[in-house]
Amino acid sequence: MKKTRTTKLETRSLWERIGAQSYLWLLLIVLYAPILLIIIFSFTQSKVFGNWEGFTFGLYQNLFTGYDATANVQVDPNLYRAILYTIVIAFSSAIISTMLGTLAAIGIYYMRPRGRKTLTFLNSVPMINPDILTGISLFLLFVFLGISRGLGTVIAAHVVFCTPYVVLSVLPRLSKMDPNIYEAALDLGATPFQALRKVMMPELWPGMISGFLLSLTLSIDDFGVTFFTKGSNGLETLSTFIYADARKGGLTPELRPLFSLIFLTILVLLIIMNIRTNRQQQKQK
Amino acid sequence: MSNWKLKIQSRDKWAWPYTIFLICLVVLPLVLIGVYAFTDSTGEFTLLNFASFFTKSTAINTFIYSIGIALITTIICLLLGYPAAYIMAMADFKTPHVIAMLFILPMWINFLLRTIATVELFGMFGLPLGEGALIFGMVYDFLPFMIYPIYNTLQKMDTNLIEAAHDLGANRIQVFTKVTLPLSMPGIYSGIIMVFMPTVSTFAIAELLTHNKIPLFGSLIQRSFGEGGIAMWNYGAALSLIMLVIIGLTSFFGGDKEDINR
Repeated sequence: MKKTRTTKLETRSLWERIGAQSYLWLLLIVLYAPILLIIIFSFTQSKVFGNWEGFTFGLYQNLFTGYDATANVQVDPNLYRAILYTIVIAFSSAIISTMLGTLAAIGIYYMRPRGRKTLTFLNSVPMINPDILTGISLFLLFVFLGISRGLGTVIAAHVVFCTPYVVLSVLPRLSKMDPNIYEAALDLGATPFQALRKVMMPELWPGMISGFLLSLTLSIDDFGVTFFTKGSNGLETLSTFIYADARKGGLTPELRPLFSLIFLTILVLLIIMNIRTNRQQQKQK
Repeated sequence: MSNWKLKIQSRDKWAWPYTIFLICLVVLPLVLIGVYAFTDSTGEFTLLNFASFFTKSTAINTFIYSIGIALITTIICLLLGYPAAYIMAMADFKTPHVIAMLFILPMWINFLLRTIATVELFGMFGLPLGEGALIFGMVYDFLPFMIYPIYNTLQKMDTNLIEAAHDLGANRIQVFTKVTLPLSMPGIYSGIIMVFMPTVSTFAIAELLTHNKIPLFGSLIQRSFGEGGIAMWNYGAALSLIMLVIIGLTSFFGGDKEDINR
């Protein structure tokens, strides 16, 4: 390990190393500038994003109380409904995707080559398809079948683009698994369901978890698919809420503290995870 | 033996629910796009939807323009992203994964909100919104999708090969063009697909970054489903089918599809 490292940047001159590092940091600064802007302007109470009207925690207070004391108005109740819907949709679709995808991965793994190839291809279609096409094709399906669009159709649509990622995170775990343990469980008298739950699940767990987390992320961040499948009954997720808001001209100011908090939470989680993996690596040494 | 085979066979049935699901919610909807594209609002077969696209110069221009913008965005992402991925993969940071994480972290902020913040940033520096802002915003939104796959392939690359090339007398430029670059091609392909696909199909980002002044192909599609009733749906379906063909071609020539997902 040490030996290969010497072929890397260490052999380069100091200036090259400084240049390389500053390039990375420059990119990161540009990448984070808009986010920093959101965080900075979450601490001022101006209606318009970009106007600084003095430091205050007012927006945070508004966000949590649902009431803007300085302007004497309610914070848009649709914002809270959008948050709620985003969470409900993300968790339902992630749970369904994880179950469907895990079963599918096991099935695909034990299929004959031809069926396996076909299904793997079909599985990759929603991943390659841009969200607008997934959205429109499902829109046409729901219209064609006369299904009224709403929470159910949005969740179904999210399952469509989440499940492929679950399948792909579970499949590698299967190839690492000892193929005999499932048979052993059956031979020892377990029903297939018991064998799945007690023997296979513990082995597949890490893949399922990462598939689940990926699904959550994709669902929360989705705009295009939700836009076409949500119908017009006032169902909004945070994405479509922001879009509608931006089109009206003004962005609900409380979105700034909301996303600052989301960002900081993720940041802290990542740091904790990183420290933990570092510790584990050190223990292994 | 036959008992063992039976058990194996029964397990491939576990994929049936998903197969049915895929047929109903992926295959059938895509077929419907085709059906709507080749029919009029009464359900009669027609080629008029395509005819009206290919004869409308604004539609054609928007189409070509969108592909151009997507290509430029992809190229800029590649030029900016490759060095970044290369540096991350080769550098002796104590924690290369942390840097990689830092590039992914922004994706946790809703991309529409980030785009709006970018618009604000342009306003603060007195920069006009328009084509420049559009390309900047798209590069900004999709750069991580370019960096990550390239970083992944470079990281998995066997560094002994580089060492061997050096030992055999290749200079640094030769090592890069003959060893590193060819070995990182799968990552480059995935990156190109992951950036080109969303940029060629986006509509919300373009709307926000240009204040609705520059419509992209995605905006055309979205509009034909937003307003105008059923008559426009068929036209929109025809446009969607054209986009589907482009996406299909890109992923087909993009090579190894499985690499996209790593």
